[in-house]
Amino acid sequence: MLINVPETVVADALRGMAAAHPELAVDVENRVIVRRDAPVAGKVALVSGGGSGHEPLHGGFVGPGMLSAACPGEVFTSPVPDQMVRAAAAVDSGAGVLFVVKNYTGDVLNFDMAAELAEDEGIQVAKVLVNDDVAVTDSLYTAGRRGTGATLFVEKIAGAAADEGRPLEQVEAIARRVNDNSRSFGVALSACTTPAKGSPTFDLPAGELELGIGIHGEPGRERRPMMTAGEIADAAVDAVLADLSPRNPVLVLVNGMGATPLLELYGFNAEVQRVLGERGVAVARTLVGNYVTSLDMAGASVTLCQIDEELLALWDAPVRTPGLRWGM
Amino acid sequence: MLDADFFRRWMTATAALVDREAERLTALDSPIGDADHGTNLQRGFTAVTAALEEEKPDTPGAVLTLAGRRLISTVGGASGPLYGTLLRRTGKALGDAAEVSAEQLAEALRTGVDAVRTLGGAAPGDKTMIDALVPAVDALGDSFAAARDAADEGARATTPLQARKGRASYLGERSIGHQDPGATSSALVMAALAEAAGE
Repeated sequence: MLINVPETVVADALRGMAAAHPELAVDVENRVIVRRDAPVAGKVALVSGGGSGHEPLHGGFVGPGMLSAACPGEVFTSPVPDQMVRAAAAVDSGAGVLFVVKNYTGDVLNFDMAAELAEDEGIQVAKVLVNDDVAVTDSLYTAGRRGTGATLFVEKIAGAAADEGRPLEQVEAIARRVNDNSRSFGVALSACTTPAKGSPTFDLPAGELELGIGIHGEPGRERRPMMTAGEIADAAVDAVLADLSPRNPVLVLVNGMGATPLLELYGFNAEVQRVLGERGVAVARTLVGNYVTSLDMAGASVTLCQIDEELLALWDAPVRTPGLRWGM
Repeated sequence: MLDADFFRRWMTATAALVDREAERLTALDSPIGDADHGTNLQRGFTAVTAALEEEKPDTPGAVLTLAGRRLISTVGGASGPLYGTLLRRTGKALGDAAEVSAEQLAEALRTGVDAVRTLGGAAPGDKTMIDALVPAVDALGDSFAAARDAADEGARATTPLQARKGRASYLGERSIGHQDPGATSSALVMAALAEAAGE
């Protein structure tokens, strides 16, 4: 691994991020990444955060048109409430703060505590939970669906709505609409190695793959002999479409898990588009790349978001962050 | 009677046990979690020991409340709020008495475990820390050693269970056959309590 010692990987990355992105204020000690021009007068602020190891999510999505601040936790570990409260206080213009929370027990508990503390400080807080992963049965008997690729859609589209100056309840409603219309499914061709453990999180022999993985190196629902990109696209898209029947065109995110080359991701995207065509699903926009990663895991996830004209306009709106940038 | 020193010893013993068992906790967390349970608790209880030395709280309630707050602000993940709430709520239930009886501790700990159940939404049998904590609190009326043994037994009994809460629940049936890391660390906390009591 290209690190100094496991204990300092997050702090080291933040120092490097600060050096590369002077437009961001990076507080290495308190682990908060904030738009340097925050708070932006009259506008709702978006704060997200989660374990590290998913870069560019979330810190790489801080900037005009997307997040106002991000709180990175330890690798694959939710940040603590202090970070979120600090971030909220730094970005709140008085128009309120939307917490974008991926649905994991730890993230939910820590953001809940933070919301209470921030409200005690007079900050108006709303929360939206991202839970798009169809590989998890959503029932009373699980922790519920995980938040994965749709987080990018929620942060981009709700960020654009905030940038337009919409009030908190509208930004929150839009974020929720994006999540409700998004579904994801991921596959792993290899496990990932956390710096602290130093060896793969699970044993996946060459020639096999895991279907239905999350983004924390946890194994998936099922193991199978290796499949072709076309077969994987069939399985992933069909898993998503089993739970989402889009009447409108969709946004497509073909997301790399960290160790799969773009050459393969584009090839996989060709297969994803083929399957969508065969299933009669119209595609409005497609994004291909490593955006919601799982350290050095090989594999990919497919996220579809059914959109309308309003959401598409917000998706197309300018954005300027380290990880996503267009129109400005 | 149990004074602030006893509770400090409990926390120090927990930190030492977590240190010693960190690799095992992380190993248990690999097949059904995300391989960081040992590391996270190690960071938390190291911070707890440092805070207790620095702030020198002088009542049982103050020791546990401080320990809980420190876990919440250093651990993150689910274990930070859950263990933090366990200790903070137990501490609050003990009030500001300079000494408490074993019965009072048992009662306070039950309040703490109930708060964890409310926060995490887990019931016995869901393959979580609750599976070690509930039998431990039930046995605390007998002795600290009985509570330690009940927690250990509860943790081991999670192996055949299918997880219904926490990250292991994503695995569905594949979570069966692995001992739950959270129940295992809860058994360590109860073992440290027996150690502090000299049992």
